[in-house]
Amino acid sequence: MNYTPHTKQDEAAMLAALGLKSVEELMDAQIPEELRLKGGLPLQKGKSEMEVERQMRGIAAQNVKFEHIYRGAGAYYHYIPATVRHIATNTSLISAYTPYQPEISQGILQATFEYQTMMCMLTGLDASNASVYDGATAAAEACKLALDKKRRQILVSGAIKPENKKVIETYLYQMNVDLQYIPVKDGKTDIEALKGMLTEQTAGVYVEQLNYYGIIEDMKAIGELTASLKALFIAGVNPIAAAILPSAAECGADIAVGEAQPLGLSLSFGGPYLGFMTAKMEHIRKLPGRIIGETVDKNGKRCFVLTLQAREQHIKREKASSSICSNQANCAILASVYLATVGAEGLKQVATQCCSKAHYLASKLSKLSGWSIKYGADFFMEFVTVSQNPKCLLEFLQTKGILGGLQLSDNEILWCVTEMASKDDLDTLVSLIEEYGKGGVK
Amino acid sequence: MIDLLFELSKKGSNKFSMPELDVPEVSVSAKRGTELDLPELPEVEVMRHYTALSRLVHGVEDGPYPLGSCTMKYNPKLNEVTASLDGFTGIHPLQPADTIKGCTEVLKLMHSALCGVLGMDAVSFQPAAGAHGEMTSLLVMHKYLQSIGQTQRTKIIVPDSSHGTNPASAVAAGFEVVTIPSYPNGMVDMDALKAAVGDDTAAMMLTNPNTLGIFDKQIAEMAKVVHAAGGLMYYDGANLNAIMGWARPGDMGFDIVHVNLHKTFSTPHGGGGPGSGPIACKKFLQAYLPYTDLNYREGVDALNSIGKVKAFHGNFAVIVKALTYILALGAEGLKDASGKAVLNANYLFKQIASLYGEQYRHCMHEFVVSASKAGEDYGVHALDIAKAMLDEGIHPPTIYFPLIVKEAMMFEPTETESKESIDSLAKTMSEIFSVAASNPDALHAAPLKAYIGRPDEVKAAKEMKVTALP
Amino acid sequence: MKILEKLQYLPSHEWVLVEGNKAKVGISDFAQHALGDVVYISLPEVGDEVTADESFADVESVKAASEVFSPVTGTVTAVNDALDADAGLLNQDPYENWIMEVEFTALSENLVDAAEYTKLCNE
Repeated sequence: MNYTPHTKQDEAAMLAALGLKSVEELMDAQIPEELRLKGGLPLQKGKSEMEVERQMRGIAAQNVKFEHIYRGAGAYYHYIPATVRHIATNTSLISAYTPYQPEISQGILQATFEYQTMMCMLTGLDASNASVYDGATAAAEACKLALDKKRRQILVSGAIKPENKKVIETYLYQMNVDLQYIPVKDGKTDIEALKGMLTEQTAGVYVEQLNYYGIIEDMKAIGELTASLKALFIAGVNPIAAAILPSAAECGADIAVGEAQPLGLSLSFGGPYLGFMTAKMEHIRKLPGRIIGETVDKNGKRCFVLTLQAREQHIKREKASSSICSNQANCAILASVYLATVGAEGLKQVATQCCSKAHYLASKLSKLSGWSIKYGADFFMEFVTVSQNPKCLLEFLQTKGILGGLQLSDNEILWCVTEMASKDDLDTLVSLIEEYGKGGVK
Repeated sequence: MIDLLFELSKKGSNKFSMPELDVPEVSVSAKRGTELDLPELPEVEVMRHYTALSRLVHGVEDGPYPLGSCTMKYNPKLNEVTASLDGFTGIHPLQPADTIKGCTEVLKLMHSALCGVLGMDAVSFQPAAGAHGEMTSLLVMHKYLQSIGQTQRTKIIVPDSSHGTNPASAVAAGFEVVTIPSYPNGMVDMDALKAAVGDDTAAMMLTNPNTLGIFDKQIAEMAKVVHAAGGLMYYDGANLNAIMGWARPGDMGFDIVHVNLHKTFSTPHGGGGPGSGPIACKKFLQAYLPYTDLNYREGVDALNSIGKVKAFHGNFAVIVKALTYILALGAEGLKDASGKAVLNANYLFKQIASLYGEQYRHCMHEFVVSASKAGEDYGVHALDIAKAMLDEGIHPPTIYFPLIVKEAMMFEPTETESKESIDSLAKTMSEIFSVAASNPDALHAAPLKAYIGRPDEVKAAKEMKVTALP
Repeated sequence: MKILEKLQYLPSHEWVLVEGNKAKVGISDFAQHALGDVVYISLPEVGDEVTADESFADVESVKAASEVFSPVTGTVTAVNDALDADAGLLNQDPYENWIMEVEFTALSENLVDAAEYTKLCNE
């Protein structure tokens, strides 16, 4: 299969116009002999479209696609409305480049402006960028954003998701930063400990409203404490939970970041996802990456452009605050389609369902003999259980087409329940676990 | 004018529903205080809105897209089909190893294909885009230099013709940037390079062919100079579409590279993303690559790894698309794609060089011309020519880059444009230049047929209205 | 293009007006022309130490970003906050709209007078 449109005659005519006999001649004139690849690429021969599709279907079939997923930990199994799936195939929207020519890119620019607006609605903050790679890099970029010449310390809750910790550590590794983790007490960020850690050198404090263990952090208290030392409070936000939990702004956040994959993006083995970043207006120039702004054209008609570009790498080069160029633009548009489709009521329903169903499962599991819920604090859609030998149980569930929670230790499982599970599904899950516990099934 | 979602919103019109809650409702004690004011629309209006917006976008299937350095080739439809298979989209990134054999197979096949195309030994798929790959590679080099006790190597050499992401990524990885001059044809000034390297050189970042579309024949010598000084060679894969199957960064002396799957390997750009920017390196650097617990490559080393640069395993669905493309084209097809990309660029350059008062010479997959010679008599700039192209249904070339060329216009037609398409593009350019001479004001007024006229960017930057919120 | 007699200039297009041990600093008419519409300037803070010939601020227009270099070494005693609200004042009158005032200890050795600066600009 090949996608070049040239016929043999075309090729000959084009070469003739250049006074050449072959493409080899054109290449050889430019690439020195000793650097030319001899003998061709060590790859297989090309295949027909049908063969490739069959091969890829065969590869996909080697995966186990679970119909029932009770695992989250940073990637969430939610319903994707048909509108989102449909617009995901719009060829103009997916095949365009970055909207450097605003006159023929208004669709992408306006859709992204609407995305920025809706992310600000969710978080209560004033300004949003047009996206970064994912929630983890959004958190890392936010930590970098908080730094200034004098304040070089970043305090991060020890209860954030481990993937996010790893990415923050990598991003800050060369930045001359004092990165410290705030201790965790009973599954929550230890606010007393934070009091002792905050200093005049603290640039930013990063805490995730729904932490790794699913617990809802006391964001307002942390926000107040952080503000008292004039450090920036960076709130990690789950965009679906934001429909019913206190907004980042209400918690006193200066910056909100998060993973917007739950807004209509498939799991897809970890990507592409969508990192969002919103901030108070005073920090807009420090936000990394692209930002869309409203203006008018020369006839006074409303339109949208990439704005504040002078902050970015293609102009500021080594003085840019971030090197990000390509972002997750199409994912941002799909998240907008999701929000526009479900609306505020729909989003609240999704949030309420996740929360209610997770509590239902937790309460059922806690009644099983030998089972308990690890932490007493308020949780949202994820929670940790304590039970014997989780590994065998999870393997057993796998044979029943169920992806159980994530094993955290030799007696802990982190469960996640979303709107995708019905009461029947949850009852089935619990009875399978119960039977398994009794040794009734093997 | 297309109304904003917020202007179309009407209370009570959204009928989207969730299944009835079949468990007791639980409400948490911490509650949102402010009203969530998302727009309310019926489904039909949502679809009309996005359909209307999509019509205001020039995509690859809307017409030619010779945007230099961006490789806007056609995105085969099969890629979209395979990437949207349930067996890929429905996979949770934290599934047990025995349930993700297909995903690891994708990464294994892609690993070996990229190593083959690049002449490298090991790949990391975590970086989500080209600039992300750059930053990651720089961290890898930093970790390596540290491990061999070369901590004094703090400087990254970049030519002044480089992509802006190069110096920005170097700084993001904690290095200092040393910019060296290029000759007017974009070739690196060897004397300047020799003077710049030393005990403090960590690496040189380079793309070859360079940003002017010229294959820098000094590359082997450059690599020798940098290596002799103890530095490393980094290849910016932005221009890889010129050389697939013809030459390999690994054979030119590069130690580590990033590739843009969304350029070279035909995955769509998405209006700015998502991309995918895997990096590939020689064996001696592989231990420092981002950590992965998947077994698609050997030499994974949790101890020396730089850690992670993205949650999970990179932009996986994009990798599926790129692999689909590679399987379809195979060794010969990739070579043919690069050959035709170079042929198309030369064929276009040959036809339009004289418009710009330039002499045709060989180029690789792209070329840069300056609008200054042709335009200055009439007060016509690269921007005016670009805007006039919009009226003809053609996406303009990259303008004002590279910085070393005044009034630069950088054309990259890619291999998926037909001879007719290039002939027609050349004809259009010729017509635009004749208007430049006869009626320059018409170009200053362009575009006229686009949905909007030229926007007031100063107003946007001054007022900073970045949301529709009051 | 306006060049004021009473000022001294850096070849990088900043001006300085010396009065006693205080110096007012701004960018020249040439600089504001070259930049085009200035949309933003990152101002220093009162109390900051600045060094002659080193960058103390960034100015941005729509498509360009540029550093502003200090003609003096010393301590910033005042900044022109009006520029924070409207950096475009630098286009309206770059001499009236100074950027910072410095209590200085040394002047840059690269300063030239108006006549010399005029020559530089015409090169």
